[in-house]
Amino acid sequence: MSTHKLTAALSIFAVNFGCLAAGPNLGKPIDAAEIAAWDISIPPDGTGLPPGSGTPAQGASIYAQKCAACHGENGKGAANAAVVGGAALTNGIDTVKTIANFWPYSTTLFDFIRRAMPYQQPRTLTNDEVYALTAYILALNKLIGENEAMNAQTLPKVKMPNRDGFIPRFPDKL
Amino acid sequence: MKNLEAVAGNGLLDRRAFLRGGAALAAAMTGYTLAGPASAEPLADDPWSRAPGTNVPAYGVPSRFEKSVVRTLSNPNGEPRTQHGRTPHHLLQGTYTPNGLHFVISHAGDADIDPEKHRLVIHGLVKRPLLFTLDALARYPMVSRMTFVECGGNSAPLFSREPIQASVQALHGLASCAEWTGVALSALLEETGVDPKAKWLVAEGADAPALSRSVPLAKALDDAMIALYQNGERLMPGNGYPMRLLLPGWEGNMNVKWLRRLKLVEAPAMSYYESRTYAPILPNGKAYQFYFLQEVKSFITHPSPGLMLKAPGFYEISGIAYSGNGRISKVMVSADGGQSWAQAALHEPVLSKAFTRFRVPWNWNGGPAVLQSRAWDEAGNVQPTRAQIIAVRGQAAKVPRVTAFPSQHYNGVTSWAISSAGAVSHVYA
Ligand code: HEC
Repeated sequence: MSTHKLTAALSIFAVNFGCLAAGPNLGKPIDAAEIAAWDISIPPDGTGLPPGSGTPAQGASIYAQKCAACHGENGKGAANAAVVGGAALTNGIDTVKTIANFWPYSTTLFDFIRRAMPYQQPRTLTNDEVYALTAYILALNKLIGENEAMNAQTLPKVKMPNRDGFIPRFPDKL
Repeated sequence: MKNLEAVAGNGLLDRRAFLRGGAALAAAMTGYTLAGPASAEPLADDPWSRAPGTNVPAYGVPSRFEKSVVRTLSNPNGEPRTQHGRTPHHLLQGTYTPNGLHFVISHAGDADIDPEKHRLVIHGLVKRPLLFTLDALARYPMVSRMTFVECGGNSAPLFSREPIQASVQALHGLASCAEWTGVALSALLEETGVDPKAKWLVAEGADAPALSRSVPLAKALDDAMIALYQNGERLMPGNGYPMRLLLPGWEGNMNVKWLRRLKLVEAPAMSYYESRTYAPILPNGKAYQFYFLQEVKSFITHPSPGLMLKAPGFYEISGIAYSGNGRISKVMVSADGGQSWAQAALHEPVLSKAFTRFRVPWNWNGGPAVLQSRAWDEAGNVQPTRAQIIAVRGQAAKVPRVTAFPSQHYNGVTSWAISSAGAVSHVYA
């Protein structure tokens, strides 16, 4: 290639690059409606909790059908973790962590059941069912009343016993 | 021979002894697996030397004689719970972990993803939410770096009040090291734009439990990568094929595999794994949260339980050191349970947040010995002794099963006792 041609080629290259922002820009714009089905993380303030509602009684029958095989009758534990009870954390560093003795936020329960349970068919529960199961487990642990319904307003207000039990390990990294 | 003077108790030699002594001295070394003296039979051609060998396979696998070099599996039949595969450090050398032996923890199996259909979405507090296909990402400028990944629960058996007799694979096999290649996350965030209110991102996988972790934005902009390749080939399914978040030096679980979504947010999501699983309980009943860093650590792989010393004489003590805070600056080795120490040679290049192989020549006199290693990193952190870390973090009330996780983030010293018969066992010293 002659010097002249090379210079010409380079300047076309430069012009093409000039039209674009700094990077390759190969991402496709996407809007919130398109992302909605994946946008499932629920932070402690409850932002993003879906419409719907469920009571402990409603949750009890769903639990018996879809959860008890692995987590035991009445949440007592079986092949997988108990979802009721828990020893004091001062019993040892290997104390089994439970919803009642450890989990700092009630929203995590909704978030985790919705995204990951039942283990073999995750994300098949309706939002009402997830609220009901969350209410059932919170009531089993006496963290809410037996007739209290869980929904986007009530769930984030449930204060978990171990809310203040944590120390950030490296505060400068936060 | 001047080179062979011990520099620390129980026969530890100068780390340069073999470099200076050259071939003759190297030949004097006996390997851990060598049996007795060589046979005196005259040499002859073996069968494999007298005929052409086997066909070259399309994808190579190790020799049929290496069948025992495999991961150990915690849940081989895939019962509905987490599965762990541990790296056999005692059967490997160097610093890269072969892809088939890289440790894996999958909370609900390895997702079987069609790369043509996989999508990565970046949204939340960004100026332009964007969706990336694998094809699109493959056209971005690539970065490569060698880095270790370690589970926050690696080495957890050392929280037991009694030393659990197990191999280095069982005790420390949830850490591995590879060269990862992919796209710098900062390059993608430049294209989405970042709202100044964003302080964290929530990373989520496309696996069954849509595993999710919150990551400070500062780490994402520092050295985070969307990794597509592992030691030159596409990621292994168990390591997140076709893409994972790579956060060099940070807790394995945060390096979200099968990555499909990054949401920029103001505050952490307090997901199951950050608010419960990877928050270790302290003796006073409080718990550490957001541990993030895998701190400076080392352990000896050769010798280690399961490997025998067949006769007194020369051996090389070697092992692995690494730190989530940067480069390893020094490793010291003791053969007398920590009373005296010799500085180990570090295999070059010593890379930041990567496995560093250390080596010390050793003249075993055939008597009892206790081997330990201790590492320092360039940020000035020192690997704690077991007594030091236990003083802060406590030990388990019950002696746990070797596969259990009584706590997380043990980075203290490991001690191997050598008996006069040459057997290696796990001790607290
Ligand atoms: C096939 C067995 C199985 C079934 C059925 C199942 N789970 Fe689970 N569950 C698990 C496993 C395994 C884990 C641990 C997941 C992990 O650690 O990654 C778990 C964890 C949990 C946890 C966290 C417990 C803790 O304290 O750590 C909750 C809550 C839970 N499941 C709720 C449910 C609910 C509600 C249902 C019914 C809709 C359900 N599970 C059905 C296997 C199951």
